[in-house]
Amino acid sequence: MKLSLTKVVNGCRLGKIKNLGKTGDCTMDIPGCLLYTKTGSAPHLTHHTLHKIHGVPAMAQLTLSSLAEHHEVLAEYKEGVGKFIGMPESLLYCSLHDPVSPCPAGYVTNKSVSVWGVGGRVEMTASKFMAIQQALQPDWFQCLSDGEATCDEATSIKRARKSVDRSLLFLDNCLKLQEESEVLQKSMIIGVIEGGDVMEERLRSARETAKRPVGGFLLDGFQGTPTTLETRLHLLSSVTAELPEHKPRLICGVSQPDEVLECIERGVDLFESFFPYQATERGCALTFSFDYQPIPEETLLQQNGTQEEVNYVDQTKKSKTTSCNQEMTSFEINLKEKKYQEDFDPLVRGCRCYCCKNHTRAYLHHLLVTNELLAGVLLMMHNFEHYFGFFQAIREALKSDRLAQLKELIHRQAS
Amino acid sequence: MAVVASPTSLESAPRIMKLVAECSRSRARAGELRLPHGPVATPVFMPVGTQATMKGITAEQLDALGCRICLGNTYHLGLRPGPELIQKARGLHGFMNWPHNLLTDSGGFQMVSLVSLSEVTEEGVRFRSPYDGDETLLSPERSVEIQNALGSDIIMQLDDVVSSTVTGPRVEEAMYRSIRWLDRCIAAHQRPDKQNLFAIIQGGLDADLRATCLEEMTKRDVPGFAIGGLSGGESKGQFWRMVALSTSRLPKDKPRYLMGVGYATDLVVCVALGCDMFDCVFPTRTARFGSALVPTGNLQLKKKQYEKDFRPIDPECACPTCQKHSRAFLHTLLHSDNTAALHHLTVHNIAYQLRLMSAVRASIVEKRFPDFVRDFMGTMYGDPTLCPSWATEALASVGITLG
Repeated sequence: MKLSLTKVVNGCRLGKIKNLGKTGDCTMDIPGCLLYTKTGSAPHLTHHTLHKIHGVPAMAQLTLSSLAEHHEVLAEYKEGVGKFIGMPESLLYCSLHDPVSPCPAGYVTNKSVSVWGVGGRVEMTASKFMAIQQALQPDWFQCLSDGEATCDEATSIKRARKSVDRSLLFLDNCLKLQEESEVLQKSMIIGVIEGGDVMEERLRSARETAKRPVGGFLLDGFQGTPTTLETRLHLLSSVTAELPEHKPRLICGVSQPDEVLECIERGVDLFESFFPYQATERGCALTFSFDYQPIPEETLLQQNGTQEEVNYVDQTKKSKTTSCNQEMTSFEINLKEKKYQEDFDPLVRGCRCYCCKNHTRAYLHHLLVTNELLAGVLLMMHNFEHYFGFFQAIREALKSDRLAQLKELIHRQAS
Repeated sequence: MAVVASPTSLESAPRIMKLVAECSRSRARAGELRLPHGPVATPVFMPVGTQATMKGITAEQLDALGCRICLGNTYHLGLRPGPELIQKARGLHGFMNWPHNLLTDSGGFQMVSLVSLSEVTEEGVRFRSPYDGDETLLSPERSVEIQNALGSDIIMQLDDVVSSTVTGPRVEEAMYRSIRWLDRCIAAHQRPDKQNLFAIIQGGLDADLRATCLEEMTKRDVPGFAIGGLSGGESKGQFWRMVALSTSRLPKDKPRYLMGVGYATDLVVCVALGCDMFDCVFPTRTARFGSALVPTGNLQLKKKQYEKDFRPIDPECACPTCQKHSRAFLHTLLHSDNTAALHHLTVHNIAYQLRLMSAVRASIVEKRFPDFVRDFMGTMYGDPTLCPSWATEALASVGITLG
């Protein structure tokens, strides 16, 4: 694996990660995102519908929370989780948890971490964890770590220190076990930076983790509400400053467009793509613009459209809590609203996705009102494509030194 | 200008069915329907996409499976989103973006399935909408009007449907009323050049009533006939006899659509009895319960026995699900909340039904349909002689013996 940076602008890293995968010939662009999956499958999508989407990332994210309980099956299967789920050509990253469904806190000990599957809690010591990874054989995997320093209201220094100590201990144990495993020689351990909101501990975590032979770094514990991320951005800069340039930096739990840009500016390379999924689950379509150099007449149209939608959303935002415990954002439209009943436009004018090329807002509205399964399929196809297009726009903006314009455009659309 | 049916004018209705082959023993036929949105090979199984969607699969996926005709439902679509909106969307084809053929039911069957919400009079069926409590009258005229707005290639008359378990004078009343409603539908039909109105033979399980209905309805100038009022709670013995009676009295040069039939054995037997078209929610519904259809029956993939079964659902199946996935993976996915699991099975089950019909058709064209039936029963039941007695009798009645 080799990370080469094309340029670094105001803290933002543009580049490629090459020589990835079992055959060593896959490439990933950074900044970029990973394909979000649930139990090894993109939500709502079969191979057929997934492959209709343009710009699907080369690497997919699997979650141990959905796969750990199937350890025995995968071990007997022998050929690795990629083949088992029908994605043998995809690069795979295995995270501990699912960013959308946080697990109950209080189950991390000095010896084990727990994840929560359909069948309940799966407790993993370092050995069990590595045995599971042997059965999965992912390209990258998040090391066993203690991510609960930020779970309580007030994060104590003691708890922050413990999260760093435990995570380093887990890391050293797992690295040792990896040495003894032939099957895992081709997989890369991603070291996890912990430390809660305590600067000293964060720096210690970064420096110590960087000393180990990890393939990259996961910045854990920066997720939360929009306000908590903002207060942690300062911490984030300090952490990434301690990390080696030539290894990728992933962040978990951050997926909204405005937050993504903030993190890229602070040295983060890779993100999870669960935001489009959350929008899908609340019956919403991503419509935010990332076209920072539009034709002048269109600017006016888009601005008017955006402003109207933002105003509308501001008034009604409070009542939009969903089962994902996530409120609707100003980056999307809610197709269940009556005003879309007779709207025969596509979700986003000019969008090339299967849904926008074939269907209308009115049809999506009907599918949502009648609770039809196809709503989720079509929205997921659009939302993923739109989101992947956003990341492409970030890379292009960085390349042509126009990130400030893109940032301003996104900022205007954030409420 | 509506065409008024006169009892003797049998020649002017469009001939939409071209017969390609007939079994020399049984009544099985292979043919081709010529419909406004393209040809359809028969015998054909039509998946049901009630509310302008084939559940979790896209129009493109359905097309890729080879489906060329599917169903929409007038009752549901008439309520949501309503005919006016669909008309603005360029008909049901435009609304759901389906390039091939559509058949819409009249809404009559919901009378039986949702009977607590309805009242039948000579005028029509009075429904109370389950969504907003509003009362609507579904008359023959209104049903045709909605279907004209939907623009489906085949539309069904509004029939007075009674459950096949009902006996007594109600059955006779419903049969005669269906004939009168057929005439009203024919009179109200605004687009006979673009949409094919089918009659629906009623009469319950009473041979005399059914025979009367057949005699009367075949005097009407319609491009096709459906056999209705069956596939409910009746015994299979009664069922096949009514199907056989119907096909014996229906014109050969028009399609016979047996409504609500979809189990593999039933399809094969009813093709032997002379039916051309079938529809049923079973394959798509059972998929959403984790059940995959195979030549030997079905696999309940949520069961533990499939946890480590690394084979595809059916090694002979060419569908995308079987090409890419194992029973074990589907088992795992079915136990998650990812709806993709349901879609994988929906795709497979539709593929299974279409492949079955394709195989049936090929055997008729190649003059080996009776052998096909014997092979089919052997695979399904272990031995052709172990097939259910009703099926054995039905097949024997058209010259096919199984053992």
